[in-house]
Amino acid sequence: MIDKRIKTVAEAIADITDGSVVMIGGFGEAGSPSELIHALIDHGAKDLTVINNNTGNGEVGLAALIGNEQVSKMICSYPRSSHSKVFPTLYRAGKIALEIVPQGTLAERIRAGGAGIPAFYTATTVDTPLADGKEIRNIDGRDYVLEYGLKADFALIKCEKADRLGNLIYNKTARNFNPIMCTAANTTIVQARKIVAVGDLDPEIVVTPNVYVDRVVEVANPVIESQLVEEGVCYI
Amino acid sequence: MNTENSKVKGWTREQMAELAAMDIPDGSYVNLGIGIPELVAKFVPEDREFIYHTENGLLGMGPAPEPGQEDSELINAGKKAVTALPGASFFHHGDSFTMIRGGHIDVCVLGAMQISQEGDLANWSTGAPDAIPAVGGAMDLVAGVKTIFVISQHTTKNGVAKLVEKCSYPLTGKKVVTRVFSDLAIIDVTPEGFRVRRLAPGITFEEVCEKTDAPLLPIKAY
Repeated sequence: MIDKRIKTVAEAIADITDGSVVMIGGFGEAGSPSELIHALIDHGAKDLTVINNNTGNGEVGLAALIGNEQVSKMICSYPRSSHSKVFPTLYRAGKIALEIVPQGTLAERIRAGGAGIPAFYTATTVDTPLADGKEIRNIDGRDYVLEYGLKADFALIKCEKADRLGNLIYNKTARNFNPIMCTAANTTIVQARKIVAVGDLDPEIVVTPNVYVDRVVEVANPVIESQLVEEGVCYI
Repeated sequence: MNTENSKVKGWTREQMAELAAMDIPDGSYVNLGIGIPELVAKFVPEDREFIYHTENGLLGMGPAPEPGQEDSELINAGKKAVTALPGASFFHHGDSFTMIRGGHIDVCVLGAMQISQEGDLANWSTGAPDAIPAVGGAMDLVAGVKTIFVISQHTTKNGVAKLVEKCSYPLTGKKVVTRVFSDLAIIDVTPEGFRVRRLAPGITFEEVCEKTDAPLLPIKAY
C-alpha cells in the first residue's frame, strides 16, 4: 500500500543534509510551510541553498532559518521586506550569497526543472544588467536570454488538503510557487492543513497529482506568520 | 474630476490614478504595480469593466476586504489583503507568468525611478554598492504586457527629474513605456521623444520642460 503520511514535521525533514538545495513554497507568508521550516531550524542542517520568492518576515519561518545562519545562498526575486532586517544584515556582512532572478523567470526555471526542460529562452531581462554574461538568441526578430531550469534536493510545501497518496489542493493565493516546486525536487515534503481519505478529493480539482509528492504531514493549525511577527516572536 | 479651480496646481495621486484609469479600454486585463498604481482600481469609469491580474496567482482581484475580514492567504503582489470577485480564478506562478510573458495581459501600470525619452524604464535598483537588488515581477511585466503605463511624481522628493534622456539607473526594460501620468502632465513616449499630451491645472509647458531632463515636444493638435 502506498502511504506517504508521516507523523511529525521533525521526521518529515530528518534526512535534509548540510549543503542541500531546498525549494520553499510561499509568496510572503501566503503558502509558506512555517512548521516544516521551524522543524528544519530545530534539525540544524547548514550551508543550504534556498529557493523562495522572498527572504522571510520578522524572525520566524524563512527569516529565522536565514537568521540562524543555515542558509549560504538565496535564489529569489525580491529579498527586501518591510518587516525583516535578517537578510539585509547578513548580506551586507558577506555571510549569504544572493542570486536575483525575476519572478516569472524564477517560476519558469522551476517549472522547466520539474518538466525535464534543461533551459529555455525568455525576453525577460533583455537589455538589463541581469542579462550580463548570458547567451542571447534572436528568434523571429526579437532578442531572448537563455535561462536554465532549476532543481532541488528537497521541496517544502504547504497545502490545504492532501490524501495519503499525496494528491494536493491549495487555498486561494497560498498556491503560488507550491505546485511547481512539487515537480522540481527529488523529495517533496508537504504540510497539509488536513489529510483526507483517498477519493475525497474530486479528481477534477486536484492541483498537484500525487506522483510529485513524497511525504505528507498534517499540521491542522498552522501558525500565521504575520501574527507571530506582530507579537515579536523569534524562532531561533 | 474638478480641475477648473484656478488655485489648483498639478494633480494629486488620486487624480493621476483616475487619469490612467480613463485611458484603459473597456474589457482590458490589467496588472497594477505597487504604490500609486494600486489606486487605479478605485477609478474605473462606470461603463467599463476591467479584470485585474495579480502575479501571485489571482485573476479577478477585488478591493481590500472590510477591516477584520482579511485572509492571510488571499493577498496581492504587494502582500496586502485583497478579495476575489465572482468569476475569479486562482493559479500557480507558472501559469501566472504564462499570462504575463505570453502577452495575455493588456495593460500594466507601474511606478518608476526613471523613464527615458525612448521609453526605457528603471524601477528596481539605484545600482548603489550597498543596495540590495529586488526585481520582483517588473522585468517580466515589461517584457510581456502589451501596454505599459507609468504613474509617478514628475521629480524625486529632492526635485531631481525622473524623465530623462537616458536612464542612469539599471534598466528594468528597454523601450517599454508608452505613456507617463505625472503630477504635472500626461506625456507620451513617441518616436520623436517625449510629447506632452495634457497639462495639469495651473501648470505651464515651460514649467514641465524645466522639470524634465530631456527635450519635450508641445501638445500636438489632432
